[in-house]
Amino acid sequence: MTSPIAPDLPATGRMPIKPRAGVWRRLFKRPLALIGLVIVAVVVAGAILAPWLTGYDPNEQMFDGLTLEGAPLPPNASFWLGTDLLGRDLLTRILFGARTSLIIGIVANGVALLIGTLVGVTAGYFRGWIGGALMRFTDLMMAFPALLLAICLAAVLQPSLWIVAMVIALVNWVQTARVIYTETSSLAEREFIDAERTIGASAPRILFRHILPHLLPTIIVWGTLGISTTVLLEATLSYLGIGVQPPTASWGNIIFENQTYFQAAPWLVFFPGAAILALALAFNLIGDALRDILDPTQRGRA
Amino acid sequence: MSKGAGNKRTGVFVPAVSVTAGPVLEISGLTVSVRGEDGERPVVSDLSLTLARGETLCIAGESGSGKSMTALAIMQLLPQPAARIESGTIRLRDIDRGGIDLAGLDERRMRRIRGDRIAMIFQEPMTSLNPVLSIGRQLVESIEAHTDLSRADARRRAIEALKAVRIPEAESRLKQFPHELSGGMRQRVMIAMALALKPDVLIADEPTTALDVTVQGEVLELLRDLQREHGTSVILITHDMGVVAEMADRVVIMRHGRMVEEGTAADIFARPQADYTRELLAAVPRIGTGVGRQKSAEQKSVEAEMPGSVAVVNDLHVHFDLRGGFFGQVNRRVHAVEGISFSIAPHETLALVGESGCGKSTTAKALAGLVPYYGDIVIGGRNLAGLGRDQRKAVRRDVQMIFQDPYASLDPRMRVGDLVAEPLLIHGIASKEERSQLVAALFERVGLSADQMELYPHEFSGGQRQRICIARALALKPKLIIADESVSALDVSVQARVLDLLKELQREFGIAYLFISHDMAVVENISDRVAVMYLGQIVEMGTRDQVFSNPRHPYTKRLIEAVPVPDPARRRPRFARLDQEIPSPTRKIGEEPPKLALKDLGNGHLVAVS
Repeated sequence: MTSPIAPDLPATGRMPIKPRAGVWRRLFKRPLALIGLVIVAVVVAGAILAPWLTGYDPNEQMFDGLTLEGAPLPPNASFWLGTDLLGRDLLTRILFGARTSLIIGIVANGVALLIGTLVGVTAGYFRGWIGGALMRFTDLMMAFPALLLAICLAAVLQPSLWIVAMVIALVNWVQTARVIYTETSSLAEREFIDAERTIGASAPRILFRHILPHLLPTIIVWGTLGISTTVLLEATLSYLGIGVQPPTASWGNIIFENQTYFQAAPWLVFFPGAAILALALAFNLIGDALRDILDPTQRGRA
Repeated sequence: MSKGAGNKRTGVFVPAVSVTAGPVLEISGLTVSVRGEDGERPVVSDLSLTLARGETLCIAGESGSGKSMTALAIMQLLPQPAARIESGTIRLRDIDRGGIDLAGLDERRMRRIRGDRIAMIFQEPMTSLNPVLSIGRQLVESIEAHTDLSRADARRRAIEALKAVRIPEAESRLKQFPHELSGGMRQRVMIAMALALKPDVLIADEPTTALDVTVQGEVLELLRDLQREHGTSVILITHDMGVVAEMADRVVIMRHGRMVEEGTAADIFARPQADYTRELLAAVPRIGTGVGRQKSAEQKSVEAEMPGSVAVVNDLHVHFDLRGGFFGQVNRRVHAVEGISFSIAPHETLALVGESGCGKSTTAKALAGLVPYYGDIVIGGRNLAGLGRDQRKAVRRDVQMIFQDPYASLDPRMRVGDLVAEPLLIHGIASKEERSQLVAALFERVGLSADQMELYPHEFSGGQRQRICIARALALKPKLIIADESVSALDVSVQARVLDLLKELQREFGIAYLFISHDMAVVENISDRVAVMYLGQIVEMGTRDQVFSNPRHPYTKRLIEAVPVPDPARRRPRFARLDQEIPSPTRKIGEEPPKLALKDLGNGHLVAVS
């Protein structure tokens, strides 16, 4: 049946089915997504360019950074965001802290998301003993106090930023796996998945081409929620002496160091807190826009 | 012929209440609009109709005709905040006094009218009953809400209502929950609930569409009887012209939110005025018209027995284990398919008919490799049981499936072009360039255009989507296509065109079909041979003529009899009711269902002997 019809259809040769193009362009067209992108870009640029942006060293305890009574300075002309209890410039510390926090919030959180999704999808689609074993393991991880596990892991291994990132990834995938599992198992019952199986689609094909795209909204939501939790988890670990060691700055440990002085020096908690909020919000905005852009059923509805 | 003369009725249907008592409901100039992304769009435009006392008015039309929106507008239950009544009045009249305009009524007063004076029953009885409350409680509460009866009296009224809809052992049923009842029973409970308060008007929105055809017959007859007893006016909304012919005094045909035609049932069916009505009636499948295929049928039945069959199913069993008890051990088993055998020859259409739960879809799934089975499935001469994974995949290429719901069986996140190309890709057929040409050709073949390949499934209508599914099934040039209720979800006119397409494709490519349906009229139209299934077993099998003109098994007779005839002049005599529920295929472990033996009545006409 191929030969006779090929000549009458020159049009199709000229317009092959395109892959999804212009995601970036469409992202730029959305004001909210654009705001998100700008915030992320500013944070990343700040982290990279930190040594050159302010004239201070993040760990230098300056004499003129404290009042005569030894109290930290509120924001002023020379220290834009004020100084901390030891007379260090807060802006510089936040910029340097962005390096740590970005690694934790994006890399550790991303790895956690990846593990959670893989475990959830596999368990949800295959069920049987594979699914059972994976989910019981997930339950076990859930029942285990995350902090205790993190402390054990970090104590066994040498404390360093990357170890902290790994520890966070290893304890944070559990909730994602649970949610993805539930969603996958209901997706796997849908008729179009049956339809795929009747045309002979392999399990990986069904999982990655047909189930994963439907999980995207959930993954995006969990990913953005995870940013703030992981950044704060890092601070907790640092506070317990397992994470990033002082004097290295991270957003989480700036908050932790200063939270008891919240009433006397609110800027010390407010600015790093605002930074975490802005980063999480930025990813949330981008995530929302991506979800809409990547969902074809939202398009062409006019 | 004057409207509402009340003497034009034929057959058994004679209402006790005269239709001349004046209208109970008057709708004039009703316009309902729905706000979408592109502004407001009218879904019902300038509709005017009247409903006389004791009359049954059928509003018929295809999906999107605005018939359900009209019902919701009367009930003031339009989806908020998107839809609203733009203009027009809906006047509910009392017998002596004037009436009230429902369109301008506030929610508090409307609530008193709903249920009490206008009641509504919906298509899906499971979703309109609360699953966590017993039916007794739901009935009693709705009676209490509208009357000042005491609880005991309300309970008595509820039992009366259940008895009125002929639910056996009404008193003990009060304690049951919706999931413990079958679909037909649930719909009866809904009717009982609607009629318990003796409303003036009953609106029934596709009340039997989700029910099996024999159950549909019972429910329709029940509605008719109750209406005769209470003198209730009924607005029956349906897409099924057979139901219209069966039930209606007067008919309103709607399309795109407008009334196309209005008249008595006899007039509409005998002398349709509007072109659209004529088209609609022409598209309705009727039993006794599937004569086009008759000639070849005899020779086909012989062919089917030859080794050239594309698919042979021998003693197929499918069981599902149910776990229960404290340790979750298997304690019961659903005998979904219980030892069926058939074969399908090239160019042949074998129809598998039966009601829900009879195992016809499970048979299809076993053939398509979706459920584990016992027994033999031989496709193209190769028994699937003895093959490895790759070989099985290769053999499965020859069997493709088209599902019931075209909205659910296409991945909504894929372009339809990719979806149709996918089988080719999976089986490594053709290069990328050739694939897109093949897909374009398939699109054209099923009546779509190649430019539409870039679109997503939601951008198509139901009929178009089913065409995409067909194109997808055709892509691998299968020898057998399993069509599982593939046209049931479509409007009649679309259904007719899709059936034509299937027939054309069969002529062109010599595909065999396993056509699974509950709709006897459609089956008679398309099939060469018919197998009737009941409780997982085949009770009768033969050529279409053998089964339809000479049905031998009581169940087959019942199925054929239950189909509403789209002709008001040929209303059926009273329909024999099944008083007990259809037995369940679920059995305890070790308790095997009795096996039916099939006896050949000659020329391959097999009937179960009991």
